[in-house]
Amino acid sequence: MARTLKIPATKYPIERLTLDNGLRVVLAPDRSAPVVGVAVVYDVGIRSEPQGRTGFAHLFEHLMFQGSENLEKLAHFRHVQGAGGSFNGSTHLDYTDYFEVLPAGALERALFLEADRMRGPRLTEENLRNQVDVVKEEIRVNVLNRPYGGFPWLKLPPVMFSTFPNEHDGYGSFEDLESATVADAQEFFQRYYACGNAVLSVAGDFDVAKATAMIERHFGDVPARPAPPRPDFDEPDLSGERREAYTDRLAPLPAVASGWRVPDPIGDFAAYLPYVVLAEVLTDGDASRLVERLVQRDRTATNVGGYIGFMGDEYQVRNPTAMLLQAHLPPGGDADKVLRTVDEELDRLASEGLRPGELARTQARMATHLLRDTDAVLGRALPMAVLEQQRGRPELLNELPRLVGQVTEAQVVAAAATLRPERRATVEVVPGAAQ
Amino acid sequence: MSAKTLPDLMPDAQLKLPRQAERTLDNGLTVIAIRRAAVPLVEVRLRVPFGRAPLARATLLSQALFTGTGTMSSVEIAAELQAVGGGLAAGLDPDRLLVTGNALAGGLERTLEILAGVLTDPAYPAEEVATERERLVDHIQVAQSQPAHLARTALLKRMYGRHPYAVQTPEPEQVRGVRPAQLRALHADRVRPDGATLVLVGDLNPEKAIDAAEKALGGWIGPGRDGTIAAVPPLEPGPLLLADRPGSVQSSLRMALPAVPRTHPDSAPLQLANLVFGGYFSSRWVENIREDKGYTYGPHTSIEHFVAGSALIVAAEVATEVTGPALLETLYELGRIASLPPGEEELEQARRYALGTLRLGMSTQAGLAGLASMYASFGLRLDYLREHSAALAAATREQVAEVASRYLAPSLAVTVVLGDADKVAAPLAALTPVERSDA
Repeated sequence: MARTLKIPATKYPIERLTLDNGLRVVLAPDRSAPVVGVAVVYDVGIRSEPQGRTGFAHLFEHLMFQGSENLEKLAHFRHVQGAGGSFNGSTHLDYTDYFEVLPAGALERALFLEADRMRGPRLTEENLRNQVDVVKEEIRVNVLNRPYGGFPWLKLPPVMFSTFPNEHDGYGSFEDLESATVADAQEFFQRYYACGNAVLSVAGDFDVAKATAMIERHFGDVPARPAPPRPDFDEPDLSGERREAYTDRLAPLPAVASGWRVPDPIGDFAAYLPYVVLAEVLTDGDASRLVERLVQRDRTATNVGGYIGFMGDEYQVRNPTAMLLQAHLPPGGDADKVLRTVDEELDRLASEGLRPGELARTQARMATHLLRDTDAVLGRALPMAVLEQQRGRPELLNELPRLVGQVTEAQVVAAAATLRPERRATVEVVPGAAQ
Repeated sequence: MSAKTLPDLMPDAQLKLPRQAERTLDNGLTVIAIRRAAVPLVEVRLRVPFGRAPLARATLLSQALFTGTGTMSSVEIAAELQAVGGGLAAGLDPDRLLVTGNALAGGLERTLEILAGVLTDPAYPAEEVATERERLVDHIQVAQSQPAHLARTALLKRMYGRHPYAVQTPEPEQVRGVRPAQLRALHADRVRPDGATLVLVGDLNPEKAIDAAEKALGGWIGPGRDGTIAAVPPLEPGPLLLADRPGSVQSSLRMALPAVPRTHPDSAPLQLANLVFGGYFSSRWVENIREDKGYTYGPHTSIEHFVAGSALIVAAEVATEVTGPALLETLYELGRIASLPPGEEELEQARRYALGTLRLGMSTQAGLAGLASMYASFGLRLDYLREHSAALAAATREQVAEVASRYLAPSLAVTVVLGDADKVAAPLAALTPVERSDA
């Protein structure tokens, strides 16, 4: 039997503070490398988009880079990169993030840049039209011009969910993007980009007292605006199996993805966490249940993946969300057969339990993944900002390897037992490319 | 409201290289161990010289390397690695077989033992190889439907002609013909310690980590095989090659330009010239075709180094209807960098970016392991970071301009466009001679 190791954890010290204007701040100092990561997370994402404005949260993310109160268009990029750093932003279902990683001596510059756009981005007609074009190219390169584009993150939600916030296309339709106006953008900024709706976090090589003074200096005069009320996006679980298929004209081979609703990741974390472990038991590596069965033994799939959250951000998503399994199939592959086998393996897990060592080794590998991510300053700054925003608990990042290690076999088995066919939503890719 | 001023940058501290040790074992394997203890993990990188290996067999070997040993099945290998938080995977480039992985720090010895088993006692069981063969064929088939892959394939052929680098992905038919016995023979012939490099980075004591590697891998023996590949031929500019992909809603624009190895005196100024032209977001080309004109989402240029040669690659996916104008702007920006010296501030900004990203790249275990392993396969060590930083700091505006005129001139470019040929041929032909082919 495999030897197992005790699961270690990280002990990054964490300081939290709130400025007078309501901006929450998380600081995680670590002097092991002369670099800093800065993240600002706003509590607005794809699920908050108004009807008729699909893709707007993401389009707005682009506009936040187009100049601000004291900065011309292009200045943000030049100042970050001219300080030796890198930047980006990304739009998720429940939040939008902006981040920089830089040599430690550039910390104050990054804080200045983030504060300036928190006070007000330059929302002009010219910038809006330019970024609508850029976003259309982004959609072409990631969805329209590529096989399996948007599978399954854009394709499964409309099968699984029934309300606009949860089911609509987060990249947006060209029609909606083109009809966006500067007034829409101003309203979106006023409502959601309030400092009371944001979290700033800094991780890496800095002195806490000095960084706190810099943060006061740059963010202290951002006008106070409270967070808007956040709607509950919950909707009822499926009452029967749902299934759809679509033809992908570029795809040469079939593929299939299924999702099942899981417990509230924040309101019921203890019930939720076993599903995160279950996904790995099923799909992490050649020794996992479904890879061994579907890929190695039956050869009914060429690869299998399992994870929670449509964007794979299992600790940064709110309710409702789902556990996903996706598989790419060989030529002529049969999605029904794959689904039947998945059901069979879930039944087996639920009735016979885990094999000796199976849980411990899965937890050890999960710990490696968690620890590895936190080695990068942004791998701390970003999740800590979201954990503060959604849970008020950035220190959860330090605790995750241990908490994952404490999930029991009984909990994983019980989770597997809930993944019934009648609670499942499935989307199938029918290959449309000539073989 | 009063205007606010940008805060100054605090000067960077001296570049500090981490604690490390190196030893070449009796079997010819060089082991480099580097300490970065921020998280309790280790990163593992093994590069084995693999130049001139038959492509289909070598590719399948890399996919099937972990399918079994004399004493362990593929599932046992995966489970035993997982038990120490570990995972290993293999890949192939035109010069090397590369094994990449990581584990909890306490699992280093066990990970090395399992790696040793795979290297010294491979089984390539018929069933498992058959599974991996079919998967590889499927993966290649999917890759061949990806525009980025097709454009890359067309560009490599156009750049390298009959040189071995011209084809880097085998055809499905070639893979279907590979038998397990051929993998065993190739493994016995080429998966050898002589000339290979093992890099270990993480929460470790460098000397003790090398001892552990010596204990586990000392028994991996066998003569090295000369895999030297002839230097790549010079690029031959000619008509733009237009590869047809009917129905494409975007065109994939690719160019290759000459470049030099990392150790060449032109390397640092050329890197700076590339940055000013198109090598980072704040470059002229990206600001032009994305932020001014909205033709594209993620244009990028980079200098690629292989053992037998280097090249500067320009890549953008642009909307079908602006394919001609996007090529025009690209040629314009290449002409501008090749004809006029960069601005002082523009060069300083590129220089600070180049120096900063070197520091960012070495700030994680995985980043350090990747850098150290990549440098080692070119005969370099981490102190190259210091030398290259000094060269970047010293490069003058005149040097950058001079190098740009010699390497970045549009007349030197080899150009390939993959897209809907019926729609883009005429606009492209208005700018340059065009030769059509099927994708």
